Amino acid sequence: MLRIDKLNFSYGDMKVLWDVDLEVHPGEIVTVVGANGAGKSTTLKNISRLVKPDSGGITFEGVNLNRLQPHEVVGLGIVQVPEGRRIFPEMTVTENLRMGSYLKATRKFRESNFEWVFHLFPRLKEREKQLGGTMSGGEQQMLAIARGLMANPKLLLLDEPSLGLSPLFVKNIFQILTDINKEGVTILLVEQNVYQSLRISNRAYVMETGRVVLSGSGEELLNDEHVKKAFLGM
Amino acid sequence: MSIFLYSLISGILTGGVYALIGIGLTLIFGVMRIINFAHGDLMMLGMYGTYLLSTFLGVDPFVSVLLVFPAMFLFGGLLQKALINRMLTSVAQNQILLTIGLGLILSNTVMLIFTSDYKTVTTSYASSTLKLSENVSVSAPLLVAFSITAAITAGLYWFLQKTDTGQAIRATAQDRDAARLMGINVSRMSILAFGLGSALAGTAGALLMPTTYTFPQIGSVFTLKAFVITVLGGMGSVVGATLGGILIGIAESLSAVYISSGWKDVAVFVLFLLVLLFKPSGLLGKSRT
Ligand SMILES: Nc1ncnc2c1ncn2[C@@H]1O[C@H](COP(=O)(O)OP(=O)(O)OP(=O)(O)O)[C@@H](O)[C@H]1O
Ligand SMILES: [Mg+2]
Repeated sequence: MLRIDKLNFSYGDMKVLWDVDLEVHPGEIVTVVGANGAGKSTTLKNISRLVKPDSGGITFEGVNLNRLQPHEVVGLGIVQVPEGRRIFPEMTVTENLRMGSYLKATRKFRESNFEWVFHLFPRLKEREKQLGGTMSGGEQQMLAIARGLMANPKLLLLDEPSLGLSPLFVKNIFQILTDINKEGVTILLVEQNVYQSLRISNRAYVMETGRVVLSGSGEELLNDEHVKKAFLGM
Repeated sequence: MSIFLYSLISGILTGGVYALIGIGLTLIFGVMRIINFAHGDLMMLGMYGTYLLSTFLGVDPFVSVLLVFPAMFLFGGLLQKALINRMLTSVAQNQILLTIGLGLILSNTVMLIFTSDYKTVTTSYASSTLKLSENVSVSAPLLVAFSITAAITAGLYWFLQKTDTGQAIRATAQDRDAARLMGINVSRMSILAFGLGSALAGTAGALLMPTTYTFPQIGSVFTLKAFVITVLGGMGSVVGATLGGILIGIAESLSAVYISSGWKDVAVFVLFLLVLLFKPSGLLGKSRT
């Protein structure tokens, strides 16, 4: 479905991605784990075309993304829930969600998508009229995910959705991701919560200083000595 | 008392038209984070458009808005597409130079064509007044200009609040990258914002023509005024710019009556400095980090 081939990227003179290869198959949950600064978010930004790679190709369902603008990538069905939530602070919950289904092709499904995300996140329904910027961190995260879902994604990219949330909330979010996936949304997840995310993943990649150093099924990586030592504190 | 009321009311009416210029500038700033130093010159173009339509085709200045608005919208959109969109990622100095240069080109081109003579339009109602009470009356063309301004502002507000495109413009202003991730074509939104901003400035120029005159360099005063209005209201806030415009109108009008007309620009800047001292983020602005 998604295929990244020898992706190299630099911020100015500073090279941050080296020959990154990564693949996502339809229906999967794939996780990328790695320490701070490993290049996880940068990889997602390359997929969404917010930045342009030095070299290497990214294709989605056979379409080469290299020439596309970010909004065209969304049109193909790749939707990113970015690091730090990035909701529109001066817009209400409803308006934020409407922006999720901005594209004409998804506007048709707006009403049923509203029902879907309000069913997944009843809290948002109670807060329809509240300004995004005044919501709590956890609520903003729900809103960010819901806003992404309003776009009918085929592939949902999530950048650290559990960051800064209470343990109860984290569990909740991972449960919801599993549910969304069962409903047919393929997921590429970037997480620091290695244990929880590997548990729900079909496959995973480990990144270190801009390179993919390890990959395998979620289960394999959970039992991997290096992963245990580096990320699980065992 | 009646002098006070009279100047207060005409201050509000003129201020409403100023607000239109300020709203345009604030919209452009909000979406692109650039200050359009050619803004007053775009207003000047609107004035000359109305002058031409009225002098050569006999179109009433207020009716000319129906042509000036769309023409300036297209012109502004074209400027954005051809020039400014290419500069959005370059350093601030270059953007400033670009819009200043643009303003100079516009005013000098107009001067080449029309010379620097003052131009006016003549209407039958230029000095007619409406009696509000026994001894308070207001200028009729100013009242009409204000009403049209109010209608346009209300329409714009509705557009920005309720339509998908309007919301997408606001989203782009609030977080450009997040807007991209929603599938919003942000360069298209920039074209729309600059087109709308130009249309509003040009329309304000058209609306001022029955009560004032124009010349090629008139823009620079209004760029400054628009800037003051925008800062007063809080950069990027449409409601704030409306308030700021009206406040400036009142300050000008009252100081012209109670001090002398030479002092009206001073009053504007005193007000400006006071707001910057006590509420630097503007009247309705939130402090940004
Ligand atoms: N806009 C930028 N300009 C310059 N360097 C950047 C920029 N964004 C990130 N970097 C650098 O690129 C490297 C990779 O950053 P990236 O954000 O992709 O890491 P990450 O794996 O997502 O880390 P984290 O877990 O902290 O979010 C880091 O060294 C970072 O300092
Ligand atoms: Mg990151």
